[in-house]
Amino acid sequence: MTGKTLAEKLIGSHTAKGSVSAGEVVIVRVDYTFSHDASGPLLIQQLNTLKNVGSGMDKNRTVFFIDHAVPSPIKELSNDQATVRNYASSNGLILSDAGNGICHQVMAEDYAAPGDLLVGTDSHSCTSGGLCAFGTGMGATDIAVAMKLGKTWLRVPESVKMKIQGRLPRGVFAKDLILKSLSILGTDGATYKSLEFDGPAIDELEVYGRLTLANMTVEAGAKTGLVKSDTRTKQYLKDFGREQQWKEIHADDDASYESEIAINASDLQPQVAFPGSPSNVKPVSEAKDVKVNEVFIGSCTNTRIEDMRTVAQIFRKRQKAKDVKLIVTPSSKRLYLKCLEEGILETLLEAGAIITPPGCGVCYGAVGGIPADNEVIFSSSNRNFTGRTGNPKAQTYLGSPATAAAAAITGYITDPREFV
Amino acid sequence: MSLRSNLPELAKHTLEDARKEFPSRVGKGDFVVAGKNFGMGSSREHAPIVIKMCGVTAVLAQSFARIFYRNAINIGLPAIVCDTTAIDEGDELELHLSDGILDNLTRKTKIRFPAMSSTMDAILSEGGLIAYVEKHGDLVFS
Repeated sequence: MTGKTLAEKLIGSHTAKGSVSAGEVVIVRVDYTFSHDASGPLLIQQLNTLKNVGSGMDKNRTVFFIDHAVPSPIKELSNDQATVRNYASSNGLILSDAGNGICHQVMAEDYAAPGDLLVGTDSHSCTSGGLCAFGTGMGATDIAVAMKLGKTWLRVPESVKMKIQGRLPRGVFAKDLILKSLSILGTDGATYKSLEFDGPAIDELEVYGRLTLANMTVEAGAKTGLVKSDTRTKQYLKDFGREQQWKEIHADDDASYESEIAINASDLQPQVAFPGSPSNVKPVSEAKDVKVNEVFIGSCTNTRIEDMRTVAQIFRKRQKAKDVKLIVTPSSKRLYLKCLEEGILETLLEAGAIITPPGCGVCYGAVGGIPADNEVIFSSSNRNFTGRTGNPKAQTYLGSPATAAAAAITGYITDPREFV
Repeated sequence: MSLRSNLPELAKHTLEDARKEFPSRVGKGDFVVAGKNFGMGSSREHAPIVIKMCGVTAVLAQSFARIFYRNAINIGLPAIVCDTTAIDEGDELELHLSDGILDNLTRKTKIRFPAMSSTMDAILSEGGLIAYVEKHGDLVFS
């Protein structure tokens, strides 16, 4: 019998028979289901249609978030949020209300554990793969059924091994690594597949960075992105008071992969995704001198405490350029408090930043710094499709929080290695 | 409610970024004919729902993004993976879903496409996942 990939192990442990192989269609038990204010109203409509199905939702494992537009800028979104809030409250489900943070950040802080399987009504539900939980995004109908039945169906994906050699140089981060991966895969290079990252550079990467990798695997079409659970995962869980939930999980040495992509992290430069597609990626050297009007540091991709420390170090005793709007949106209340405690927000405020409440912010394009016509925004988020930030006449470049900070200081896309 | 949650209003903007006149020209029995990776990105089920609300019979593409594909089948909108290069705008098409054949009546050609997985087929033939679960009370594939 051949060994198992991470996807096969994590899915297999949620099936009745206990073991699966790529290509099989299986029914799996789900550990967590979640939704939010953007897709929640449609989900609730489907839940109401299914009111006689199943034996009741698991009150400890069904989570509703209000995170996409907080605080709500218009009455219509307020009404959507009220729908979600009322549904969660009246059914006794977990409500993570406005201000508590982005669903993927909070799932990774408080809920997802190695070995878990979770599904949410958001494409970035793959984020928890960074701590070796199988996460994947689905639509409202699938999640309504998963919430009602406590299970869903999955085709066990083929896995692509992302073998990351070497080590990330100073000033080059997990974000640069995933952008480089996307430039190789394109936006459909991993459709239906599991992208599994391993190798010496991953061994050295904290879970904070691994979450960034997993988060953007969906930009290549992947069903999920996974990293093993090791002692760094244990340390991460300890940071959130959940050390007892740790278990070691790794792919078997003789697991079967559909293909393998090798990247030498040591050779990597900071990467930038040019407007239009997250796979439209070039080294930062090819983007320098692009004038930037707004810088956004936030999103479920890149606002972990490590990111914030890096950004604060860059801004220490430096100011943002006068003509740049610098917007920092912590991804959760917990992170916000940690930044306060470490003096990070003080540094950012002194540098000229606007700090907005925890949530999706301008990555969702409904609140928190929508750019003007013809403006260029440099963002630490995950998508730069036309109109994503709320204005189809603006252009969005993507990069690491460090590259974003460097752009805010000079007013142009800049190699952050000058500053870190 | 927001525009996103107001599906009849949202449907008036279907695919307008790709083709501004799409919502006003599309009608019952039309097909959406696309290239690669149709539906890339978000998990929002609103995307296939508004396409269906416009009267579209099926979406034909060379490939689909995973979540869009699953969502389309779940709401009972056939999403067919086939060679769309031999279809021009305005061609008259006839879909024979269970035979895996798309007749291009204008060009007098037949496009064959592979059967969808038995799971997807089971959901689609019940009219979508809600209808499937209401009928069976459970997920009971294979």
